[in-house]
Amino acid sequence: MRLRVLRFLLRKEFLQIVRDRTLLGMLFIMPVIQLLVLANAVTFEVKSARMYVIDKDHSSMSRGVATRLAASGRFVPTESSPSMAEGDEAMLDRRVDLIVVIPEGFERGIVRDHRAPLQLVFNAEDGAAAAVMQTYANAILINYAGELGAEVSTSVVTNVSVADGGAPTRGHPVMELRRRGWYNSELDYREYMVPGILVVLVTMIGTLMTAMNIVREKEAGTLDQLNVTPINRSTFIAAKLIPLWTFAMIDLSIGLVVARFVFHVPMLGSLVLIFFAATIYLVGALGIGLWISTVAETQQQAMFVTFSLLMVYLLMSGLFTPIRGMPAWAQWTTEINPIAHFVALMRAVLLKGARMRDVASHLAALAAISSVVLSIAIRQYHKRSA
Amino acid sequence: MADRRSALHAFIVKEMRHILRDRQTLTILLLLPLAMVVLFGYALRNDITDVRLVVIDPTPDYATIALRNRFAGNPRFEIVATSQTPDLVEPLFRRGDADLALAFPPRFAESLSQGVPTRLLLVGDASDPNTGSTMAAYATAVITSYQAEIGATGQAVRIVPQLRMRFNPTLESVNLFVPGLIALVLTLITALMTSISLSREKERGTLEILLVSPLHPWQIILGKVMPYLLLALGNVATALLAAWAVFHVPFRGSLVLLLSASVLYSMVGLSLGVLIAALAPSQRAAMLGALAGTMLPNALLSGMIFPIASLPAWLRMMTYVVPARWFIVIARGIMLKGVGLTYLWKELAVLTVMLVVLLIAAVRSFKPRFA
Repeated sequence: MRLRVLRFLLRKEFLQIVRDRTLLGMLFIMPVIQLLVLANAVTFEVKSARMYVIDKDHSSMSRGVATRLAASGRFVPTESSPSMAEGDEAMLDRRVDLIVVIPEGFERGIVRDHRAPLQLVFNAEDGAAAAVMQTYANAILINYAGELGAEVSTSVVTNVSVADGGAPTRGHPVMELRRRGWYNSELDYREYMVPGILVVLVTMIGTLMTAMNIVREKEAGTLDQLNVTPINRSTFIAAKLIPLWTFAMIDLSIGLVVARFVFHVPMLGSLVLIFFAATIYLVGALGIGLWISTVAETQQQAMFVTFSLLMVYLLMSGLFTPIRGMPAWAQWTTEINPIAHFVALMRAVLLKGARMRDVASHLAALAAISSVVLSIAIRQYHKRSA
Repeated sequence: MADRRSALHAFIVKEMRHILRDRQTLTILLLLPLAMVVLFGYALRNDITDVRLVVIDPTPDYATIALRNRFAGNPRFEIVATSQTPDLVEPLFRRGDADLALAFPPRFAESLSQGVPTRLLLVGDASDPNTGSTMAAYATAVITSYQAEIGATGQAVRIVPQLRMRFNPTLESVNLFVPGLIALVLTLITALMTSISLSREKERGTLEILLVSPLHPWQIILGKVMPYLLLALGNVATALLAAWAVFHVPFRGSLVLLLSASVLYSMVGLSLGVLIAALAPSQRAAMLGALAGTMLPNALLSGMIFPIASLPAWLRMMTYVVPARWFIVIARGIMLKGVGLTYLWKELAVLTVMLVVLLIAAVRSFKPRFA
């Protein structure tokens, strides 16, 4: 009997969604567009920073600095002059991102003292970009210093060892450091972000749509009509959640296809595990939506509550900034943040090929959060008698 | 005429009450910006303070222990596991329980003392390329200083870069974020709230009732958007106050200029909201449209969090039509650089053009209903 009712209700819900062409389009096309845009937008890599060169040394080594920076492709020399005031003016006007000042006596310093300063002024108005540019510039300068070292050492190295009091000459230790990055050897930031963005898309659909769907019926008054029918609470909730759960899963599948074939995200782990985790996760995400629908009276409110909640949850999930960079209290809150667990799980499974037992703690946390959230939401949801 | 004006006044008061009555939304509206300032001020940082290191040391000797102690004594590093074989590394990386692995070759001390080139291997979990390379750089620094100490350094020459972070010397994320937050809150209230509240009236049919009232269509729109504009400005003020009081975010330029720019930007947002409401067939569609059309681009394609310079060319082109991109330049310019109209007129002009275009489009798309 109840199953029969559920079947009719489900049919109604599906029809309502499928009938609304705009909604349907948004459900299926938007995620693809968002994934394409987001995956490209969410990156801290800087490709071509504009560089202003102030060379006061005019030596082959000072020119070498500018050439090496430009040759990396990270920096594009756009202007140069001997005047710091003009450089600063260009930065105020946002024409350049970096000013390189090579002081007089740079080459002499390198040859004589084996060290020479130079000044790098970044436009830190955009702090993230400035920090990244600094890393690039440092790496390039260290390499260049190495090259110069080889150049000057033939003539001066003996002097130095004498001055130092004589380094041990017999069995002079030679150490060589190799660095290797696993899982993402080409350091493609998109590979890292796409699994996380998939989580955002699925959550948006799940939570927002659930909240809006129920509140819409509230606003239209049809919820009252449903409330006076003999449909019981759990049937009603099941009928509301199952269609949206299905759509979110379809969205996830579309997203995974795009991730695989457009972004070439390696999928080292098991997709079955991903879908299993998504199933658990979505119960929680939909549960939050359901809970929001019990506190919101209008769609505007529902949207607003959802949006603020998701915003905070997303920012605190480690999706954009690493969790381990947060202060202790904030790290602790990520334990009860389902988005954090699902993002970590997606990344581990897709990028590192983590298996069930590697991500067991995330799965357990997701299951716990989902069941708590759903039971609170169901308890909160009363059939109002009015 | 006087009658009309008092009608408009009454209408604005009525709309104002609508908003004020909705306690829940109001609370969120007032608290969200504060919460975000705190989150960005305290919680969201890119620098990692503890790197979890795995050491693979097949034959421990005095040299490997010395280097290991370097890491153990460094507050940035925590040695989570030490083993003689590398089998341990992969499961630890997969579980996310370690970030870096340092592998010593067998007989490390012996080959060092013999002067044989001795190779150390540093393996990082680079699934997050940014964090991965930063952590590898930390470890490299520790190893380099050890190298220098034992005299194994190959590098004789040093170029010492003196870094200057212009306009934000400490790279405080909150300084950078507050201007972006203002843009986000303004968009949220103006474009999003307006489009939803207007399309709601459309759905319910109350807009029709308003249209047959003696109020002019522009008065209706004005009455609808005015309270949101006030709310938005109030929010800018709270966010600025919190930023200044709690995080000492600098404010170097003119407050009047920033507020005027905020009004201009809000009007762009409001026109966008009206346009979306006019085009959207339902509240839900309006909401999704506003979310996809304003919030996401404003958050992601505006340079607020992710630098515009990082975008591929086709996306960089797209940022030109995102109003927040221009507003953030203005807000950062005023707050962090303390520049005025001389440097910001271009951005202000772009926003003005956007306003005119959007306003015309919004009025046009509403016209069929008014005729």
